[in-house]
Amino acid sequence: MREASDGRAPGGSAPAEPAGQATPAPAATAVPPATVPPATVPPATVPPATAPAAWVTRGLTLQYPGASRPALDDVTLEFPAGRCTAILGPNGAGKSTLLRLLLGTLPPTAGEALFEGREASRWPRREFAQAVGVVPQLEEAAFPLTVRELVAMGRYPHLGPWRREGPADRRAIERALDSCDVTSLADRPLGTLSGGERQRARVARALAQEPRALVLDEPTASLDIRHEMAIFELLPALCARGATVLVITHHLNLAARYAQRLVLLHHGRVAADGTPGRVLTRALVESVYGWPVAIAGHPGPGPDTGVPQVIPLAGEACASMIAQGDAPDGSDG
Amino acid sequence: MFPAGSQSSLNPVVTAGRLTLRFVLLAALLLVSILLAVRLGAVSLSLREIVDGVTGRGEPTTVAIVRQLRLPRALQAALVGAALSLSGATFQALVRNPLAEPYILGVSSGAAVGAVAAIVLGLGLGGMWGVPLAAFAGALLAITLVFRIAYGVGAALDTHVLLLAGVVVGAFFNAAILLLLTLSDVESFRSAMFWMMGSNAGASWRSVLLLAAYVVPASLALVALARALDLLALGEQTAAHLGTQVERTKLIAYGLASVLAAVSVAASGVIGFVGLIVPHVVRMIWGSDHRTSLPSTALLGATFLVLTDLLARLVTRPTELPIGVVTAFLGVPFFIWLLRKRGHARG
Repeated sequence: MREASDGRAPGGSAPAEPAGQATPAPAATAVPPATVPPATVPPATVPPATAPAAWVTRGLTLQYPGASRPALDDVTLEFPAGRCTAILGPNGAGKSTLLRLLLGTLPPTAGEALFEGREASRWPRREFAQAVGVVPQLEEAAFPLTVRELVAMGRYPHLGPWRREGPADRRAIERALDSCDVTSLADRPLGTLSGGERQRARVARALAQEPRALVLDEPTASLDIRHEMAIFELLPALCARGATVLVITHHLNLAARYAQRLVLLHHGRVAADGTPGRVLTRALVESVYGWPVAIAGHPGPGPDTGVPQVIPLAGEACASMIAQGDAPDGSDG
Repeated sequence: MFPAGSQSSLNPVVTAGRLTLRFVLLAALLLVSILLAVRLGAVSLSLREIVDGVTGRGEPTTVAIVRQLRLPRALQAALVGAALSLSGATFQALVRNPLAEPYILGVSSGAAVGAVAAIVLGLGLGGMWGVPLAAFAGALLAITLVFRIAYGVGAALDTHVLLLAGVVVGAFFNAAILLLLTLSDVESFRSAMFWMMGSNAGASWRSVLLLAAYVVPASLALVALARALDLLALGEQTAAHLGTQVERTKLIAYGLASVLAAVSVAASGVIGFVGLIVPHVVRMIWGSDHRTSLPSTALLGATFLVLTDLLARLVTRPTELPIGVVTAFLGVPFFIWLLRKRGHARG
């Protein structure tokens, strides 16, 4: 996405920028009453050579009103720019809450969620939408729309209320339609498309935003293998162009194959954070999901041969284990 | 399902050309309908007489019919039609439901309570402004109540709660109207009923100017929110992700749509279904891009109400039908057709 890098340069977050404002140091200066002295933060969390972080969270906590315990509890994470990170966890682990905090649609109860050094909920919404594209989990248009009309809405953050689409906008739309393979559907009403086609149109809309970061919330729920793989196959290409990708998913195996890094949430806390090989261990997955599993290397062929794949067990193997200890749920502290 | 987007050609020049053609066509349609409304009636006028009447050179009766009666009445109908249609289109985008209508928020019932109270209690006798002012106050009271209830339930404005609040407040106000009517004498009962069914018979240049002072700026402000409405129709989450300040935008849009409905009710009484039919027809023909559909809705809504008002005057000449009856006779079958079609589409 040549234009994406062109677009980034004036924004000041091109990788070449020496003092990228996304690094923790300026972030700390931008928030003077930081509890941790800035000098100690960078060496502790980022080795100096790695890419600047797109998102940084520190002690991020959210308690919904009336809830007995926080939905998200003291989460400190970093999401490096230009990488694909998968956020995993059982239902109710806090994935969606973390997502809302990272997108700034919900202010944290405690701690902070910084995007490019600035608290996400304090970003002007339009500016944030120019930087971050979101593919939502669930969305239904109230009125009939064509695919092209839907994808064109990805340009709205760049256009504001009055400006008309220019040639650059139309190019971005065509490119987005093309990369999601929906060009041939462009003039079809959304209502006549299959679930997979509609989801590809939504991804295309996020790409038309030409964002620096892309967030996908369970993008392949209810899609068949082909459409699911087609969407995951888009992710490495996006990262290669310098985009930061966050994907929330229940598919541990696809996450292991397509994300360089996995964050496993459990009861609102980070149970594990690291490469697929470090996160998808039998003990960890069994304790978090409460179900016996086997871990096997991906048989290949392909670039991801050998990546750990999780196979939930069934039958007697499973019955005996569950009877044994109901899996040590909640012991993760 | 619809030929929506057939106009979203790749070529911007073609699109712009088609848009211009569409707006020229709609404006011409409105002009013709206003001309018809001025021409037809108990006394039919020729084009020449109309021109003479407007310029004031014709015979005094003709001048009076054109200047004092038919022209202000047609213009009031046009303004009210545009306002109700825009209000409906906005509510439909905000509530994300094509069956929504200005009256869904209890605006009509509030206005009706105000007007009926003024008529029955004799407050309107002080002058021509008593009833419309009371109607406007009632509409604002209804909107305030509905929003306070809706906001009292949760931190953010929940559309479903808002709709329920509208229904509940509307039911309460309707009960209040029945109470007032049982207390009223025959004369005020008749005039209250007539007002509740809608009429443009009371139009004057003052009412036209007053309406325009609200309708024109509010309509422009809504067109400025067109892209935000496009996004809100996709859902509030998506709208937020695409750069909309959801709560603020919703509040402004609800406010503008409510004011449009309130001034319409204050001027013409309760006229239902305009806000349902017109936006839907526009979306069926031209798609739902609000930057183009809102102006189209305003123009078509104006034309629709000018023609319905003409119909209301002509059908049972020399007496006059309440315009609300005409729009209801057209609107109810349309509503049922829409409901059935949506039911089939779902499955």
